[in-house]
Amino acid sequence: MDVILENLPLYWNGFLRTLFLSAVSGVIALVLGTLLAAARVSPVAALRGFSTVYVEVLRNTPLTIAFFFAAIVLPRLGVKFEQFEVAAIIALSTYTAAFIAEAVRSGVNSVPVGQAEAARSIGMNFGQVLNLIILPQALRTVVPPLINILIALVKNSSVAGAFFVLELFGYGRQLANANGDAVIPVLLGVAFFYLLLTVPLGILASTVERKVAIAR
Amino acid sequence: MTTHVPGDALVSLNAVNKHYGQLHVLKDINLQVRKGEVVVVIGPSGSGKSTLCRAINRLETIEGGTISIDGKVLPEEGKELAQLRADVGMVFQSFNLFAHKTILENVTLGPLKVKGVPKATADKDAMALLERVGVGHQAPKLPAQLSGGQQQRVAIARALAMKPKVMLFDEPTSALDPEMINEVLDVMIQLAKEGMTMIVVTHEMGFARKAADRVVFMADGQIVEDATPEEFFTNPKSDRAKDFLSKLLTH
Repeated sequence: MDVILENLPLYWNGFLRTLFLSAVSGVIALVLGTLLAAARVSPVAALRGFSTVYVEVLRNTPLTIAFFFAAIVLPRLGVKFEQFEVAAIIALSTYTAAFIAEAVRSGVNSVPVGQAEAARSIGMNFGQVLNLIILPQALRTVVPPLINILIALVKNSSVAGAFFVLELFGYGRQLANANGDAVIPVLLGVAFFYLLLTVPLGILASTVERKVAIAR
Repeated sequence: MTTHVPGDALVSLNAVNKHYGQLHVLKDINLQVRKGEVVVVIGPSGSGKSTLCRAINRLETIEGGTISIDGKVLPEEGKELAQLRADVGMVFQSFNLFAHKTILENVTLGPLKVKGVPKATADKDAMALLERVGVGHQAPKLPAQLSGGQQQRVAIARALAMKPKVMLFDEPTSALDPEMINEVLDVMIQLAKEGMTMIVVTHEMGFARKAADRVVFMADGQIVEDATPEEFFTNPKSDRAKDFLSKLLTH
């Protein structure tokens, strides 16, 4: 256990890096995912097509491929960035957005079709129907699955450790290499700090689920 | 029964056709509804009467013919369609109140967001409408806290808040418990007396007798009869209508 206590500042540092990666990617993914979901239900066929292809491609390929694209292919295409963190955020947010789009879309579909019909029949346009009537109701049913996706995002961010980004898992690997005799405690420490992020999210999910349930 | 004098054609359907796959749900429908007229559409289920009602504000698309409202042909999509819909009030069988908004917000949302009415005015008008349909004291509640009859009256108030030229009712009492039907019909009868142009799809023959200027009988996607209530109920001409009415009276 000493190895954890001795390296607490390192763990803490990694924890904060992971928190940062997850939070930034999470916010971008939420925005992008909601836009993709809106495109998926829009009356414009081209938008629907784009969104469908995006979601199916990203959702059905491994995260590592997204990372390779962001870290290796994008720079060759002329997209330069100073730090690998940027590549990690691009990969994590574009990948997670696909899952968020699917969750939001299923939430949109869970709102009875009569709600949209009533909104349209008082003269609302597509944007108003979506923003004022459908999404506020959809988001309530979508919050629990969204939090599950965010939990997966926190864990997925460890892949960044393999792409030269020092976050919790990256530091953990360094520590394990440096302390060959104490690999198990080192990894337990890493797991503990991941739980520190994901368990509160899980608790939040069940609290929100109880609070925002909508009566029909 | 009615005291107002109907004017020019406000809603006009010309040779309207629609299919659901193989099923021909609307066959060459021609119907003119003048300003101030109350037209009740009746017929057996599956006769196309709900589809007809929903086609008038383009919740259902049509494949042939034209529908025009106050001289303007119903646009395909987009801004013009939204504008035209604002002039056509719609009341649904299943109320469709916005589940996440209070009763007051349900009524003010259209005027605020679609017409840009200031909030104070919208609130005041909405309260007046809610009082008029008898649910003023329910204003801060959510739809799920109200009975079906109350919800449907709020839905009528929501449609009226847009100051529509015509009101469409798609089986407004079919989802209600029997004891709540009259409270909704009373509001509708009052509305008819005040001269609102109304197209009402219903199974309530009492309402048709009391408030309708015309009864339109539909069967198999066609308008079979178009007559005054008196004429239709006492002397139906077609066999389909006779058959339909006889089935109603056996119980």
